Amino acid sequence: MRTENQKAWFFVLPVLALVAFNALVPMMTVVNYSVQETFGNNQFFWEGLGWFEQILRSDRFQAALGRQFLFTFLILLIEVPLGIIVALSMPRKGVWVPVCLVLMALPMLIPWNVVGSMWNIFTLPKIGLMGYFLNDVLGINYDMTQQPLSAWITVIVMDVWHWTSLVVLLCYAGLVSIPDAYYQAAKIDGASPWSVFRYIQLPKMKTVLTIAVLLRFMDSFNIYTEPFVLTGGGPGNSTTLLSIDLVKIALGQFDLGPAAAMSLIYFAITLLVSWVFYTLMTKDDAQ
Amino acid sequence: MAQIKLSNLRHSYMPNPQGPQDYALKEIDVTWRDGGAYALLGPSGCGKSTLLNIISGLLTPSEGQILFDDQDVTILPPDQRNIAQVFQFPVIYDTMTVGENLAFPLKNRGVDPATIKRRVDEIAEMLDVTDMLDTRASGLSPDNKQKISMGRGLVRDDVNAVMFDEPLTVIDPHLKWKLRSKLKELHQRVKATMIYVTHDQTEALTFADEVVVMQEGEVVQIGTPVELFERPQHTFVGHFIGSPGMNVLPCEAKGDRAVFEGHEVMLEGPTHGDGGRTDLGIRPEYVGFGDTGIPAHVTKVSDIGRHYVVSAMVGNTALKAVTEHQVPEPGSEVFLQFNPEQSRVYRDGWIATEERAQ
Repeated sequence: MRTENQKAWFFVLPVLALVAFNALVPMMTVVNYSVQETFGNNQFFWEGLGWFEQILRSDRFQAALGRQFLFTFLILLIEVPLGIIVALSMPRKGVWVPVCLVLMALPMLIPWNVVGSMWNIFTLPKIGLMGYFLNDVLGINYDMTQQPLSAWITVIVMDVWHWTSLVVLLCYAGLVSIPDAYYQAAKIDGASPWSVFRYIQLPKMKTVLTIAVLLRFMDSFNIYTEPFVLTGGGPGNSTTLLSIDLVKIALGQFDLGPAAAMSLIYFAITLLVSWVFYTLMTKDDAQ
Repeated sequence: MAQIKLSNLRHSYMPNPQGPQDYALKEIDVTWRDGGAYALLGPSGCGKSTLLNIISGLLTPSEGQILFDDQDVTILPPDQRNIAQVFQFPVIYDTMTVGENLAFPLKNRGVDPATIKRRVDEIAEMLDVTDMLDTRASGLSPDNKQKISMGRGLVRDDVNAVMFDEPLTVIDPHLKWKLRSKLKELHQRVKATMIYVTHDQTEALTFADEVVVMQEGEVVQIGTPVELFERPQHTFVGHFIGSPGMNVLPCEAKGDRAVFEGHEVMLEGPTHGDGGRTDLGIRPEYVGFGDTGIPAHVTKVSDIGRHYVVSAMVGNTALKAVTEHQVPEPGSEVFLQFNPEQSRVYRDGWIATEERAQ
């Protein structure tokens, strides 16, 4: 006979309270704003789904979303393969292991706004080391404060510098967990280096790689601080990613309704894409 | 298939070995007949895995040669030696099906698809995995995974030798027995030279025609299971093989007799050499009880199913005897009788009595 134990609920309660406090309650205030118009003085007027419609139809949102997807796509395209390559070329035994690990971890230890300032100073034409070098030594016309292409390249290089280490470290963890016997067996089976990668290393890295891709997707899709400090979304709107645009609407223009609607749409997209990624990447294991 | 000969093999993991203590393998000289089943038996760290890796080519020895049918393969890489190795933990390619796993070594060697198909089907049938050929290998149970890794070795018809590095470690006890008989059966069918590394005496003795017992990088005895049991060349073999192992009792040697705790014991034959530490070696199976003999005090009697193990003290020396009936009471005084044919003196660990001419 099954016995009901209602006491169990008390054990779940603290977690529920915590989740409510740090996720549900703030989120519900956003939902609250997203369906109403406010003029201050705590006066609210019902808007329904009006803000959502307005945001989704606006060229500004669509452009920012497009930039956001392009940015995230490029980041994943560069950082994931690069991270795998760096992880594969790191030593797996010996005195150089800790050196490599520390070097890899360093960029991630730097506060995000510092990263932005660093790269800003580094890449400024005339003043910055890289800006000076590119313009005055190599003769390449590069100015991330004036040219959208230069700004994009700088934002992407900065993110690659900052976050590829995460992919490297996760992949490395996956790689070192492969027992030597696998490599020995592959040798005996006459496997080529490509086969070793394809049939041993990649499958063993798959779990951590899923996590790496998910984390890099979410972080790059929600990125704010570094590009904001570096370019402020400019020149023009060329590097105004979704979060930068959102802050402009919410805090710059104080349009709380549209901003709330936009952040919910933003959240829904992040959640949806993460879910699709996760489902696709873990599909094989479910069999 | 090939005869394997190891000649003056030594190996050290250090770049500049100074003395014998720096060698993981000291002076190995053995010849293994084509198609034989051999076991390398020894405790962990005795150098048996090192030896195996040298034979398969994963390690290059510091000194000496490895000959396959008189061809020197000492510096050849593993894939050119045509050997197969099964590891302690099953190695399978997770993303492939069972069939693809079995075909992998052939595919890498550019064998034509028709031959691959034929060989894979043959091996699958031998291993009873035909019905699994199309399933993903990652979901299999450990014993099936280990079967597949064996199969990947056997699928090539040009293998010189198949090597097993403690292949049953991760297998459930009740499946160990099944897999072991499968191995034996496979050996009879494919007739490849098989070398089996283990620290488990049951596995070694049931699998091999000839067992190589190793200790601290040295071969202490090579022999059939019966030889190892009946006439251990070294106290280590006597102690390591058998359950409980041979009694090793400090004694003095006097011609064809040994004096142990003041009692004279007849030996199988005259002793030779002198100096060094002398021990009397006798297996518990050959210690009997009688009305006369060496007086002993029984300290413990363990019933281990088929027989009883009696622990007793003679003077200050503890020894064990195995008996099926006539079980003495713990605490009682008994007389022990040592079978002279099975009583030997060991000098510094090595046998020092001669077999009496029959």
